[in-house]
Amino acid sequence: MNAESKLSMLAPAFDVERVRRDFPILSQSVHGKKLVFLDSAASAQKPRAVIDAMTHAMETQYANVHRGLHWMSERTSDAYEGVRDKVAGLLNAPSREEIVFTGSSTGAINLVAHSYGRGILKPGQAVVVSEMEHHANIVPWQMLRDAHGIELRVLPITEAGELEMAALPGLLADGRVGLVAVTHMSNVLGTYNPVSRIAQLAHEAGALLLVDGSQAVVHRAVDVQALGADFYVFTGHKLYGPTGIGVLWARMALLDAMPPFMGGGDMISSVSFERSSWAKPPSKFEAGTPAILEAIGLGAAIDYVQAIGMDAISAHEAELTDHALSRLSAIEGLQVIGRAQDRGGVVSFTLEGAHAHDVATLLDRNGIAVRAGQHCAEPLIRRLGLTSTTRASFGIYTTREEIDFLADTLVRVKGFFQ
Amino acid sequence: MSGADTFQDARSLYQDIILDRGRNPRHMHRLDPFDARAQGENPMCGDQIEVRLGFTSDGRVADAAFEGRGCAISLASADLMADVVRGRTRAELHALAAAFGTLARTGDAPLADAALDALRPLSGVSEYPSRVKCATLPWNALLAALDAGPGGA
Ligand SMILES: Cc1ncc(COP(=O)(O)O)c(C=O)c1O
Repeated sequence: MNAESKLSMLAPAFDVERVRRDFPILSQSVHGKKLVFLDSAASAQKPRAVIDAMTHAMETQYANVHRGLHWMSERTSDAYEGVRDKVAGLLNAPSREEIVFTGSSTGAINLVAHSYGRGILKPGQAVVVSEMEHHANIVPWQMLRDAHGIELRVLPITEAGELEMAALPGLLADGRVGLVAVTHMSNVLGTYNPVSRIAQLAHEAGALLLVDGSQAVVHRAVDVQALGADFYVFTGHKLYGPTGIGVLWARMALLDAMPPFMGGGDMISSVSFERSSWAKPPSKFEAGTPAILEAIGLGAAIDYVQAIGMDAISAHEAELTDHALSRLSAIEGLQVIGRAQDRGGVVSFTLEGAHAHDVATLLDRNGIAVRAGQHCAEPLIRRLGLTSTTRASFGIYTTREEIDFLADTLVRVKGFFQ
Repeated sequence: MSGADTFQDARSLYQDIILDRGRNPRHMHRLDPFDARAQGENPMCGDQIEVRLGFTSDGRVADAAFEGRGCAISLASADLMADVVRGRTRAELHALAAAFGTLARTGDAPLADAALDALRPLSGVSEYPSRVKCATLPWNALLAALDAGPGGA
């Protein structure tokens, strides 16, 4: 550990102004106004450390990995493989060999849907997803259903926007469910789901559990062993890393049993025209030249958040979320969507008399970036009886003042459409 | 700082007539009987607009109305569209729809037609690329209805 990160660990409180200085983009303006970036749940901004790590690799130490018998390739392979250790540390995975790099969460879920879904699940078995899933955790299972004769079952949500846990035993009761696939934290409602309890129920019924950690991993410390998950996925660009890199963690016994998803270089141990044999995991699932620079960027992002500390980050964001909930709920005609007990820094809302797109356009003219629409969760939005919401989401660099500015501007937006 | 004036630079998009038609559309009701209908959908925001048309015996639009959910821009656009389509043939409406598409994307369109002038308050969307499809949504539904007939599309 270098002197600086030691210092930051000794620092008594999380210093958001110091964090903000690490993100060059935050000094940009839009439409002549200071950027207020409240769309981190869609994709987060990048700290200098990530930008520099990728640039530094390209400028000083880059070649293809696992191939060249030369210095540059060896150093690049070390850097790439080093990130596997960092990810294993981030998730508290039992082994670095259980970390598979993919292109994104979407890529990771599709990998499981193909390799585990078609390779191991049998026609007639079922997959359970919840009503609050992102399309990335719905559509691959629908494709599996149609291609492989798998039944798709849906775990409903309550009016408060939490999983209807009482319905889960019934969905699992006939013993045909092979996999439960749920999000750890909703990208629309902010709800954290009781993943350990779901794991327990799924395992008792002979099913495995896949957890979509795309949102959760950004805001809280994750321990896949404590959760009892069998698969855990996340995506680098929401964790202050670059696009094009995602992670699948799965228990080794599963990775061993699963057939490969894509074929190509790096994933084989030998190839002839008659037959090929597969490399061991994780290489078995990493066909072709991987996203080397993006992995290096992800490694820098993990170092960055860990130096600040996931607990400090989640405390900061919990405070912001409480503040946002109280400021926004105080606006007449504004309805916050979702009242989960356990929730993270994502707040969706509707504003009476103003459509989400019109709200987003006027906020944007004031420099405030939010997301409006269905948030890639169309079944959830329909279940809520809505067609769209506006969503403000918070990150490590979000301030109380930004939330106040959002609330004040929303009051003016409301006036504009009255 | 309070009130609508602080959104001055958004007024090119939200002109008074747009805000008014978005709030109180004149043609937002169910047309029945009708000769043709179609749904337009914007999957990004979930907005849906159904356009229904009645035709005269010589194939001109006799009446037009719409239903659905949308933002201020898509509702105002649907309402202004319903204002101008009456008495027009299919061929004229295809030309008008194409000109409106150009107006929405670029802020101007080369078509000498009084109807297009009535639609000009929507030209401000050209400065908001992500909102262009809000303005064109009802026109896409109209074109689909012209092709579809009473069964709908
Ligand atoms: C809960 C959730 N799952 C999956 C995804 C998909 O992530 P990606 O598009 O990076 O694959 C997202 C973000 O878009 C998300 O919020």
